[in-house]
Amino acid sequence: MSEGRIHSLESFGTVDGPGVRLVVFVQGCPMRCRYCHNPDTWRAEGGQWMSPEEILQTYKRNEAFYRGGGITVTGGEPLGQTAFVRELFAAAKQAGIHTCLDTSGILFDPEHPEGVDALLSVTDLVLLDLKQIDPECHRWLTGQDNARILAFARYLDVKQIPVWIRHVYINEEINPPAQLFALGEFLGSLHNVKAVDVLAYHTMGISKYEQLGLAYPLAGIPQATMEQARQARSEILKGMREVRRKEKATNSTKSSEGC
Amino acid sequence: MEECYKGFVEGVWSREINVRDFIQKNYTPYDGDDSFLAGPSEATLKLWDQVMELSRQEREAGGVLDMDTKIISTITSHGPGYLNSDLEKIVGFQTDKPFKRSLQPYGGIRMAEKACKDNGYEVDPEVVDFFTVHRKTHNAGVFDAYTPEMRACRSSHVITGLPDAYGRGRIVGDYRRIALYGVDRLIQDKQHQKDSTRVIMYSNVIREREELSEQIRALQELKKLGEIYGYDISRPAKDTKEAIQWLYFGYLAAVKEQNGAAMSLGRTSTFIDIYAQRDLDNGVYTEAEIQEFIDHFIMKLRLVKFARTPEYNELFSGDPTWVTESIGGVGIDGRHLVTKSSFRYLHTLKNLGTAPEPNLTVLWSTRLPQNFKRFCAKTSIESSSIQYENDDLMRVTHGDDYTIACCVSSMRIGKEMQFFGARANLAKCLLYAINGGVDEISGKQVGPEYRPITSEYLDYDEVMHKYKQMMKWLAQVYVNALNIIHYMHDKYCYEKLQMALHDKDVKRWFATGIAGLSVVADSLSAIKYAKVKAIRNEQGIVVDYEVEGDFPKYGNDDDRVDAIASEIVHTFMTYIKGNHTYRGGIPTTSILTITSNVVYGKNTGSTPDGRKKGEPFAPGANPMHKRDSHGAVASLASVSKLPFADAQDGISNTFSIIPNALGKEIITTGDLEVELELDEIESNE
Repeated sequence: MSEGRIHSLESFGTVDGPGVRLVVFVQGCPMRCRYCHNPDTWRAEGGQWMSPEEILQTYKRNEAFYRGGGITVTGGEPLGQTAFVRELFAAAKQAGIHTCLDTSGILFDPEHPEGVDALLSVTDLVLLDLKQIDPECHRWLTGQDNARILAFARYLDVKQIPVWIRHVYINEEINPPAQLFALGEFLGSLHNVKAVDVLAYHTMGISKYEQLGLAYPLAGIPQATMEQARQARSEILKGMREVRRKEKATNSTKSSEGC
Repeated sequence: MEECYKGFVEGVWSREINVRDFIQKNYTPYDGDDSFLAGPSEATLKLWDQVMELSRQEREAGGVLDMDTKIISTITSHGPGYLNSDLEKIVGFQTDKPFKRSLQPYGGIRMAEKACKDNGYEVDPEVVDFFTVHRKTHNAGVFDAYTPEMRACRSSHVITGLPDAYGRGRIVGDYRRIALYGVDRLIQDKQHQKDSTRVIMYSNVIREREELSEQIRALQELKKLGEIYGYDISRPAKDTKEAIQWLYFGYLAAVKEQNGAAMSLGRTSTFIDIYAQRDLDNGVYTEAEIQEFIDHFIMKLRLVKFARTPEYNELFSGDPTWVTESIGGVGIDGRHLVTKSSFRYLHTLKNLGTAPEPNLTVLWSTRLPQNFKRFCAKTSIESSSIQYENDDLMRVTHGDDYTIACCVSSMRIGKEMQFFGARANLAKCLLYAINGGVDEISGKQVGPEYRPITSEYLDYDEVMHKYKQMMKWLAQVYVNALNIIHYMHDKYCYEKLQMALHDKDVKRWFATGIAGLSVVADSLSAIKYAKVKAIRNEQGIVVDYEVEGDFPKYGNDDDRVDAIASEIVHTFMTYIKGNHTYRGGIPTTSILTITSNVVYGKNTGSTPDGRKKGEPFAPGANPMHKRDSHGAVASLASVSKLPFADAQDGISNTFSIIPNALGKEIITTGDLEVELELDEIESNE
């Protein structure tokens, strides 16, 4: 049985999947998102080794709290420890526990999806963070290209794994309406998206950067408001709707051709 | 069948005093939602404006608007008092006007004097003279009997909050009996009880006969209280308005007679609902009228006021009256006890706005109807004013007609009562164990002169051994101080009206309490799993501690320390039980210092967990502030491991959480498709 490098456990997670959940933060992440509020999970070293069994025990002893909830693995980047997460989820599924994977998808390799396949077979829900639709902007924001991420999103669609999309809204310069619309168009082409959640950028992570002696990448940029996030979300939905409408039109044309 | 009982299903309650049977045979469980509720009437709004204005005046006057300094409060001491007699549907104040605090010296004349003095009033010298020279008070009786050791424990605060200078409270009369039976029938019943006592005059038989006579006298006075307000409550109530009014007169008589530390109401909403349902069915009253009666009733309960000292208010962080009303729960036959009036009571938080009193307490069960759960959640979000307690846990011991007195003490209504009793400061007791009974702040020998710990680093087994000895001593002093207190309270400040609304043979819970549990658990954990160095002053008293290394902390679902917390509760309870208790009281304990944790901390030196001298304890059974680092579930899990069987008087955990941390409103699986379609329809239009 493989062990995972765990940053910490949150016993009362209410925003990372349905219901009240045990949230497992794994250690290590290749992304360097400028708004990241968990920079303490970046390093691949550190954390504590825990077995799937230990985590399940933690869950089971307080099962009464998790009715309607389950386990979420987040991070850090869970796909950095695919084998461990797969074992944890497999054991969880066996015990009838709902499993949720919160990932950026950055470590997905379209050429070799086998490892991920095994994990997805025991995953009930994926929370997918789509940070930016434009590759250039994505590189600026996260330090990484987004090709693999988008490929992962498409792959989840093919596999018909339910997905909740999360997108952080910072401001109009970084998240212009056109980009939001474009993101919507991409999402509209997928048919496994069950929810779109736009999070307003907040600065609660600053103290962690100070503790780690790191410069805060978005210093001086104010927090976004809930209202801005709501507007951004409706912009994304516009894009989705646009694609869906075209799709419908094409479908009906096709069927009339058939006649 | 009498006219007033028309439409009710008869049963045992028809032949004997048995409110539970009446409820079980007649109530209508309600599974619907809150859409039937009515808003406030014009009269309600007008009266409430008047209350808000008087509250403002009271605040500006420094917290007290008016006080009685001459008239001793009794059930019939004052003429009628009103806000606006034309508008009030439910009437009655403690004195002849609202916001005027009454004079209640039977608990202790010094406390009554001080309460007046601190608020700028002077008790009439004749009254002071009378209660000093001619009529002994509870307080005077207690101090006649206290041992020097008890006094020392009291002044060092190793036992704190002893109800030896004021009313003990925590007794809940079954006020519903007045509405259901009328006072005459209750007097008849009490007379029968008196006629059937044993005839050989042992002192307990004499006491019983005297108390029953007192109870009968109180019931007669209660009738007069009704008459003062123009009501004849010798007969049963005939409709909703009367049922509420009759019941309220009972409660009003209690607070006129007793300035108790907690004067709780009981479990009245489902009882009242039986009348409301009958009146609705017969077209006697409309929903709006019934809501208005309840609104006015709750308004009166919000205006219960006592004369208290600033110290008392400091101990309890405010001016609480603990008018607790228990709502909901599930019956032992499996039917839930939620009725429309359960909704109506909670709805007062909307109609009148939020308020801490009355302390509306939902007896929560997983089996409550979903609509009621939703309504509770909604009302909690809007008002932050509902208390929740675990009915599934308490029903096992107390059945389905119990109530909460104060904040967590459960008791069967009219069948059980409680001798309320302060708290033992277990954190300070630990310091006594280390210092051989010497108080770490005053340097005085308070506890027994056991050998102190002399090593530089504390050894777990040695500390635990000495701690147990010290706890045993403390339990003995504590229980015996309470024995004196309750003996004297019965003698000089007997709750005759409230006890008249109980059965003849009541079960008496002998309630004790614990303060500082999480401090003790963490301290012992630090000694066991880290290294704790004792720092002594010139006299050799340990006054501070240095903790080297990390240790498991209570509040993180870590059995290593959680087991210590459980063991302490169990051990202390075992020692409590080893003592004789007054009137056959059954010992219980509680872990519920909801507000006084600050004061307890102030009087306790530095502790081995790293807490510094004077720093507050955590409230109730809470983990120490900021030491629970694994999230809410882990924190709650630690608390829930405490053995309820050893702390049946209640375990409290004060839990604050920002709304956002409870989840989001927007995200629900499956809604997205609907949203996309809706948008489309809108844009098409």
